[in-house]
Amino acid sequence: MKKLLVLGGGTAGSMAANNLRRKLSASEWEITVVDADDNHRYQPGFLFMPFGTYKPNQVTKSRRKALNKDVPLVYGEIDKVLPEENAVLLTDGRRLDYDMLIIATGVSPRPDQTDGMQGDEWRKSVHEFYTYEGAVALAQALEKFDGGRLVINIVEMPIKCPVAPLEFAFLADSYFKDRGIRNKVEMTYVTPLPGAFTKPIAAEAFGNTLEEKGIAVEPDYMLMEVDNEKKALVSYDEREVPFDLLVTIPLNMGADFVARSGLGNEINLVPVDKFTQVSKQYDNIFALGDANDIPASKAGSVAHFEIDIFVENFLLYIAGKEMTHKFDGHANCFIETGGGKAMLIDFNYDYEPLPGKYPVAGIGPMSLLKQTRLNHMGKLAFKWVYWNILIPGRPMPVPALMSTAGKRTDLIESK
Amino acid sequence: MPTTTINGRDVTVDDEGFMTVYDEWDEETGKSLAAAIGIDMTDEHWKVVRFLREDFKAQGATPTIRRVSTAGGVDTKQLFTLFPKKPAKKMAYIAGLPKPAGCV
Repeated sequence: MKKLLVLGGGTAGSMAANNLRRKLSASEWEITVVDADDNHRYQPGFLFMPFGTYKPNQVTKSRRKALNKDVPLVYGEIDKVLPEENAVLLTDGRRLDYDMLIIATGVSPRPDQTDGMQGDEWRKSVHEFYTYEGAVALAQALEKFDGGRLVINIVEMPIKCPVAPLEFAFLADSYFKDRGIRNKVEMTYVTPLPGAFTKPIAAEAFGNTLEEKGIAVEPDYMLMEVDNEKKALVSYDEREVPFDLLVTIPLNMGADFVARSGLGNEINLVPVDKFTQVSKQYDNIFALGDANDIPASKAGSVAHFEIDIFVENFLLYIAGKEMTHKFDGHANCFIETGGGKAMLIDFNYDYEPLPGKYPVAGIGPMSLLKQTRLNHMGKLAFKWVYWNILIPGRPMPVPALMSTAGKRTDLIESK
Repeated sequence: MPTTTINGRDVTVDDEGFMTVYDEWDEETGKSLAAAIGIDMTDEHWKVVRFLREDFKAQGATPTIRRVSTAGGVDTKQLFTLFPKKPAKKMAYIAGLPKPAGCV
């Protein structure tokens, strides 16, 4: 009996384990998942919790129940991987051996990596919504917020769901309008990138959305520290941005055990081949989803498309054959723009988001790079798709690789 | 894509003048690009630019300021001294690489 060990029972780990469990013979391969607890969070829901659209009990299900019944789930904290011994140590001393290892422990926000972020104002006027606890605390803070300076900040890329901060800004604008206090709120979007939009064609589609919503942008901003006394962000080039309520996206890092195992880069991401996700150091280790260092967005959709390709490759690999399928970095994201509308973007390593129709060229029904109500409905309906199709590893009726069919590729040529 | 002439050679650039073809760049070109934005290249500047070039080749993406500081060994404060105001954008420009980008 061979052993496949999956570290992390979140989006990527659960999809990979469930998908492979159907395809691998139970008499040849044992598949085990390791995670610290039983709370599988629907992370896209965190964006909606601060505004009360989702209640805390709507974003959590049992990890155990989301996994195939023939996939054992081991509860435990990972101490380290011993890649030379093909074993994983848990902090309580247990040792798990493997023939093949999948690292799918994602990334987490790390407020401890920025001076002053976890100071006196943490969870008072300094908030984040990338954790369950953070989203719950921010919901309470927003409810009490009656006006003043709301600052939305990204510490450094890459972050999970890179459009979420922008969506947060749009939703906050709508939320304050609904409460009749938008004129009392000054909103600033503070980013390390050269602007809120950096891809020319998407930027054009968004046009002056931020300006129209009265959201100021502070670009090229490298945060040095959060000054708790002044309640201000301070950058390396000494720009101060004062806030009454700060919503920051802390530095995102991979799990610390990745570093302890000598398997990570400077932010604990596992370097892998970008087409097959096999580790650059060990040929029996793969890293899937946010945990790896591929130059794609850190998003559930990427993990989904990546794992569709990975499963095909893995079956070839364990049969001693060459991995012939290549993941293209395909991502596909709904972007809430406020007022009950959303945009949809579809892109990969080579193509930036372009206008067109999705998933069927020329027909849709979704429109790419356009704000529509249908896209918003799609975003909300996605929760069902996540739990009932993606995580169980059922086939999704959309192709894993990106298609240019029906897309305005001519717009790239004209640039 | 528009082209422009640097040191008598045609190179492909985007709307903002960032070079878009990795192999069209050489260190002479880098020096001219630096001069165009008022930067006189020292050894420290080259250390950063060479790291950027190698990292892009290996990773397929322009490294972030944090990565240059932790993996490239030139800390953030120093990057602001070497490439005043907008280090991320300026170092990418000189290295002939795409400016740091998000997904939209």
